[in-house]
Amino acid sequence: MPDELNDNPDPEAPTPAAKGQFPELKHGVKSSNMDTSPIEPGNIEVLQILDEHGQLDKSLDPPLDDELLVKIHRGLVLTRAFDHRMLTMQRQGEMGTFAPNLGQEACQLGQVIPLSRKDWYSPSYRSFGAQIWRGWSMERLLLLWAGYHEGFPPPAGVNDLPFSIVVGSHVLPAVGVAMGMNYKSDASCMVVNFGDGALSQGAVSEALNIAAVDAAPVVFVCENNGWAISTPLNKQAATENLAVRGLGFGMPSIRVDGNDILAMTVAVDEAAQRARVGGGPTFIEAVTYRMSLHTTADDPTVYREEELVDPWEERCPIRRFETYMKYKGLLTGERIQQIHAECEQEVIEARDLFRSTAASHPREIFDHLYEQLPEELEAQRDAYLRRLDERGGSDG
Amino acid sequence: MAEMTMVEALNLALDQCMDRDADVCLMGEDIGINGGVFRVTKGLYEKYGARRVMDSTLAECGIIGTAVGMAIYGLKPVTEIQFSGFTMQAFDQIEQNMARMRNRTQGRYPIRMVMRTPYGGGIRAVEHHSESREAYWAHTPGLKVVIPSGPRNARALLAASIEDPDPVVFYEPKAVYRAFREDVPETHETMPLGKAQVVRPGSDISIISYGAMMRVCREAVDDLVELNGIDVELIDLLSISPMDTQTLSESVSKTGRCVIVHEGHQTCGVASEIIARLNEHAFEYLCAPIRRVTCPDIPFPYFQTEKQFLPDADTVIGAVQETLAWE
Repeated sequence: MPDELNDNPDPEAPTPAAKGQFPELKHGVKSSNMDTSPIEPGNIEVLQILDEHGQLDKSLDPPLDDELLVKIHRGLVLTRAFDHRMLTMQRQGEMGTFAPNLGQEACQLGQVIPLSRKDWYSPSYRSFGAQIWRGWSMERLLLLWAGYHEGFPPPAGVNDLPFSIVVGSHVLPAVGVAMGMNYKSDASCMVVNFGDGALSQGAVSEALNIAAVDAAPVVFVCENNGWAISTPLNKQAATENLAVRGLGFGMPSIRVDGNDILAMTVAVDEAAQRARVGGGPTFIEAVTYRMSLHTTADDPTVYREEELVDPWEERCPIRRFETYMKYKGLLTGERIQQIHAECEQEVIEARDLFRSTAASHPREIFDHLYEQLPEELEAQRDAYLRRLDERGGSDG
Repeated sequence: MAEMTMVEALNLALDQCMDRDADVCLMGEDIGINGGVFRVTKGLYEKYGARRVMDSTLAECGIIGTAVGMAIYGLKPVTEIQFSGFTMQAFDQIEQNMARMRNRTQGRYPIRMVMRTPYGGGIRAVEHHSESREAYWAHTPGLKVVIPSGPRNARALLAASIEDPDPVVFYEPKAVYRAFREDVPETHETMPLGKAQVVRPGSDISIISYGAMMRVCREAVDDLVELNGIDVELIDLLSISPMDTQTLSESVSKTGRCVIVHEGHQTCGVASEIIARLNEHAFEYLCAPIRRVTCPDIPFPYFQTEKQFLPDADTVIGAVQETLAWE
């Protein structure tokens, strides 16, 4: 080998030097192809338009029409009323385990307000406020959380995915739907919702990476509510914010006050618009707080001091938006009270409808797994149905 | 008809399915310009472009999870997991979403997709490249599991899997990929899923196998028939789930004796399920206990030992003779 090298001498090569004598930099400049200048981390915008005291950054106030603003207010109030009623029903034994969303109403509605019917939404299990906005009836959601399978499929005409209870496992399919949009040149987008805990799942990192590489039209909304059951954020991530995660995968990232419905709506709208025209994914960290339980099977007093929750009472997303609506002259205190009563009534009506129509269909459990039931499962179904018939009554 | 290896036959099936249906797309690691590490997708990137032949990031869970999403959107993705040992990375998405999305949504989102993956030993591969864990998927409600044994049925079964309305796990016996050639018709051909094939009718004993072990069984059968005059009935299972219980029980009801051969581990393996079904459907016809020839319940050893680890024709012949000797 050394002989071969000597056969083809490189005239530019530095002359062999004595041990310890390194070649001088030419004109003081490094000749390496590797850029050794420090790498500047990208920018992460932080967005708040309406703060917890109801103070508005007028320069950022979005031009949403009055009718929509009134609808948004009602959506927020309805979400909280529904959450409250579900908790009561659960405590009375009428509902299965579910994940309350007290304090996260703005975060949820802001994700879906900018979406059209053509766009898709992939909720997490705590997103029922967003689901109601998207067109899921409250009766359907009550069915779902009361353990009736009929509540699971998205309603006809609603482009939503079902949520997946295994944390973060819905994010990859959501990205796949967005890849389908690219495949079919469909100028729509997908918004997918998950929490701070989900960000620790490997599958979610894979999803972020694939979306960035494929420029999939996805808006990732990471609802940072501070807790994954009993595990606080500082045990879930070593970074001070979670938006940096999106930046690391090479997509625009923004940190938003998740209790500010205006900021959430604006951030998601911008990201959705960019996604629909080939601009690829965006990562949104929505900062909020889980004021209530992880699920109804959880007791936060075991691991969390009540004082931690107190400051978030002041940051209530609904109260600050009501201040804004009064300032805009769109609602009066009296009208707001009426809306709260109307929403409560609407929830009661949904509950009553649920009570009068809910029925389980144990005979149908074999109907949906395959398009056509394989013969071997027919035998299992026949045996199962015989068992139901023998028991008779409500089981059958 | 053209003489083809299994790799060429699989390539033909993919090509024709893509040609017939613009919603059929391919996803996997190194399947584009590289044509896949075994070249099953060779030439398809050039023919159909990067939109339909997608080189995936190195993330098996990501491949299956995003394919589920594409299927929800209405496409028919055919994914390649480079080696079946790497499907464990995708177990999450196979179990949580691929297998149960249709059921979860009561039929709103059927998952028309195929997970292709080469399985099994015999090619002197490194660790995690020789597994036969088809029993995992057969145990998972919502999936279909298909394993061809030769070029012609590989082509026909892959085409049928792509056209099937349900998610299919398609295990390709990589030891057979280039082992022999067979006549494969040039025009589109499919075979029904869920049907076993009686490869050689016989009256003395039934041998049930599938995939790469079919070669071993054929060799054993040749010996048993020619040297020992034993009239063996050989059945190629082809479809692990759904399983063609009828063909199996009819065969064993006739012969009264049975040996099941597979590469997968013994405990809770496919043979265990076949024995359970034969107990239910052919018990009164049995003249001897049903024997299993499988790999032991030991992780697939490093390749200097794989020849000893894998069942061979002599192992099968021994099991047949013991079963015939039972009185």
